[in-house]
Amino acid sequence: MKRIGPTLAGLVLLAAQLSASGASAASALKIGLQEDPDFLDPARARSYVSRIVFASLCDKLIDTTPDLKFVPQLAMSWTWSADNKVLTLKLRPGVTFQDGETFDAEAVKYNLDRYRTLPESLRKSEIASIDHIDVVDPLTVGLVLKQPDAALVAQLTDRSGMMMAPKATATGNPTAAPVCSGPFKFTERVAQDRIVLDRFPGYWNADAYHFDRVTFMPIPDTTVRLANLQSSGLDLIERMAATDVKTAQADPKLQVLSVPGLGFMTLEFNVTGDNAKTPMGQDKRVRQAFDLAIDREALNQAVYEGRYTPGAQPFAPASPYHLDEPVPARDVDKAKALLKAAGVSLPVTVKMTVGNDTNAQQLGQVIQAMTAEAGFDLQLQTAEFATLLSQSQAGNFQITMVAWSGRVDPDGNIHQFVTCKAGLNDMKYCNPELDALLNGARSVTDPAERKAKYVAAMKIIEDDKPITYLDFEPRLFGAAKTLHGFVPHPDGMIRLQNVTLDK
Amino acid sequence: MLSYIGRRLLLAIPTLLLVSVFTFSLQKLLPGDPVLVLAGEERSPEVLAMLRHKYHLDDPAPLQYLHWIGGVLQGDLGLSLKTDQPVTRLIASKLPITIELAILAMTVALLIGIPTGVIAAMRKGSAVDLGANVLALSGISVPPFWLGVLMILLFAVKLHWLPASGFVPLWEDPVQNLRTMLMPSLVIGAALAASLMRHTRGAMLAVLRADYIRTARAKGLLAPAVILKHAFRNALVPIVTLVTLLFGELIGGAVLTEQVFTIPGFGKMIVDAVFTRDYAVVQGVVLCVACAFVALNLLADVLYVLINPRMRVGA
Repeated sequence: MKRIGPTLAGLVLLAAQLSASGASAASALKIGLQEDPDFLDPARARSYVSRIVFASLCDKLIDTTPDLKFVPQLAMSWTWSADNKVLTLKLRPGVTFQDGETFDAEAVKYNLDRYRTLPESLRKSEIASIDHIDVVDPLTVGLVLKQPDAALVAQLTDRSGMMMAPKATATGNPTAAPVCSGPFKFTERVAQDRIVLDRFPGYWNADAYHFDRVTFMPIPDTTVRLANLQSSGLDLIERMAATDVKTAQADPKLQVLSVPGLGFMTLEFNVTGDNAKTPMGQDKRVRQAFDLAIDREALNQAVYEGRYTPGAQPFAPASPYHLDEPVPARDVDKAKALLKAAGVSLPVTVKMTVGNDTNAQQLGQVIQAMTAEAGFDLQLQTAEFATLLSQSQAGNFQITMVAWSGRVDPDGNIHQFVTCKAGLNDMKYCNPELDALLNGARSVTDPAERKAKYVAAMKIIEDDKPITYLDFEPRLFGAAKTLHGFVPHPDGMIRLQNVTLDK
Repeated sequence: MLSYIGRRLLLAIPTLLLVSVFTFSLQKLLPGDPVLVLAGEERSPEVLAMLRHKYHLDDPAPLQYLHWIGGVLQGDLGLSLKTDQPVTRLIASKLPITIELAILAMTVALLIGIPTGVIAAMRKGSAVDLGANVLALSGISVPPFWLGVLMILLFAVKLHWLPASGFVPLWEDPVQNLRTMLMPSLVIGAALAASLMRHTRGAMLAVLRADYIRTARAKGLLAPAVILKHAFRNALVPIVTLVTLLFGELIGGAVLTEQVFTIPGFGKMIVDAVFTRDYAVVQGVVLCVACAFVALNLLADVLYVLINPRMRVGA
């Protein structure tokens, strides 16, 4: 009899604990994405939303913090050689891939070689500086470069640094059933409907993850995405529309989480070829005048209800490379004076291509009104994404509006847009002096030295004006009030470490 | 009858071939390079050339067509440019969903459209007729995406009666499946009911004026018998034509409704495919829908004969 009391008490306690744990935390999380991701193979993926899925599926060598510092993930440490031509990574011991294969230096070599050589790989340019990879020992790997590349560490925090299980990737179908080493493993994908990931119990940091299942659902319409959050069909949504923030904030069951992002909006001016045979294409004073006619804060208020961050540079507010310069104010008189000095006949007619989404069109219309006051006749041409892309690539534009999702390293936000032979330099702008500065910024790893080069580079860009920057997009997330521990990052990725959801 | 069906099926072959040529050519006329979409921010010429080659986009257009149609004849609709999944598998996974939505929406439309059409015709000029007409006009005029969002806000967000989205296949959870399908079926059904009602009313009015109806009435038949047995059956032929055509359209995908309710059917797939210039998917889906149209037309013709013996071949 004596022992029954404590046993009963123990049972009651156990039952209470079980019911408490059952009631407090939900085991499944549903995330609403703006689009259906493309390939779930980091080698071939190109979309922003696929990167969001990867954040739960595939660990990277290095991760970033909300203030854009590099922190260990699969690599415990990384060091540059004295000549900045060898990056040595010490790897995390005891890590396995989701199919049980061991993660080691050979696996790193396999993945980086795959990204460098797979014919369909879209990572080639990102890690083109790598000459070869040395496996020093099972937990040490050396990346030997052709020339110094300060941006390489940042590349390893994104798709180029994602490690897939070598055997499964070589023999299986990595686009249909990717095997990585992240906290959640791939379970199922129904095109245009859902991607389902389940907990990987063997994850090296499994205790920090609290869901058994994470489901990503593409819902392109922002209103419908929000309605799903309001009706509890979703627990977390990315890219909430700035205009929906008020509605979400008024709902007692929802919370809005936001951080200034890395992504920015640009206007690119065509400066070579047939479409540049205009006053705008030929004379930098006309481009400067156009830029001076734009009021960035007014744009932000008119189109985004003041939720964006006006800016005139590609380096995000969170970045240590952000230039501490005030956003240039609108100056219509100076713009008019520049046009007069350029000797152009007014109004200066110029065509601008914008996307067919509401925001891009509104931006275009407000800019149209602003520049008209300075003497421009801005004609807007709308095109949907694929058309816009082809026209830009072919140089078939006078001004084109281009959004960039932003990269952690400053190099990824500037080099590929404005250097002479860069892939995304659609305006075909070329200035050897600028090339020297931006290439130079790749070759030094000291942040202060690099920043000085970016400051000098921006001086040239501000003067030549082949491109102008308008604003930084915030990363706006909507979530159920019952979601705890979610920290929005400037890169917009959804990291589920320490995130819980009350039932 | 069988030889008639056989002849019709043979005639379908050139139709489908024409459809395939048109779809292929129209896509080539679209501006926008699929390879640039596919490559994302990677613009290295070697990678672009490799992708172009992999998907045969560097071949002359006629050769691309022959390559594709050759695969189609062997049951291979090609690979999706976006995800590398076989198009046949994509279609196989979407078709049941689209057919289910079409059947449910059509059921809603028939349940509302036919009775109101018949009653409006019987009471022509009355308040009931006027009411039915107003209802039909609003059904045709209200945009489905607007009605859809309003329904989501009312039934999902405010009342929590139905889920806003979260489609579940019928065979996994029939109850949940019907709960997610209810709102989209009502939205599409309401619009279809409107045109069905108008056509039923028109057809009934034409038949009710016919001599044999007067004769039937003169014989002393009760009104329901006259309406259902004599009038409605004869009015059915144009209604069957309309229903099969509308059903064919639904197989083509209720694009906006599927977007609003995130039903992963044909509509959502085709919109996505057009925007990413996923040629193989667009061609595959359009061809599949064209096949469905041909089959439904044939079905309509067979139904005519069953409904109206005067239309039997050779009669």
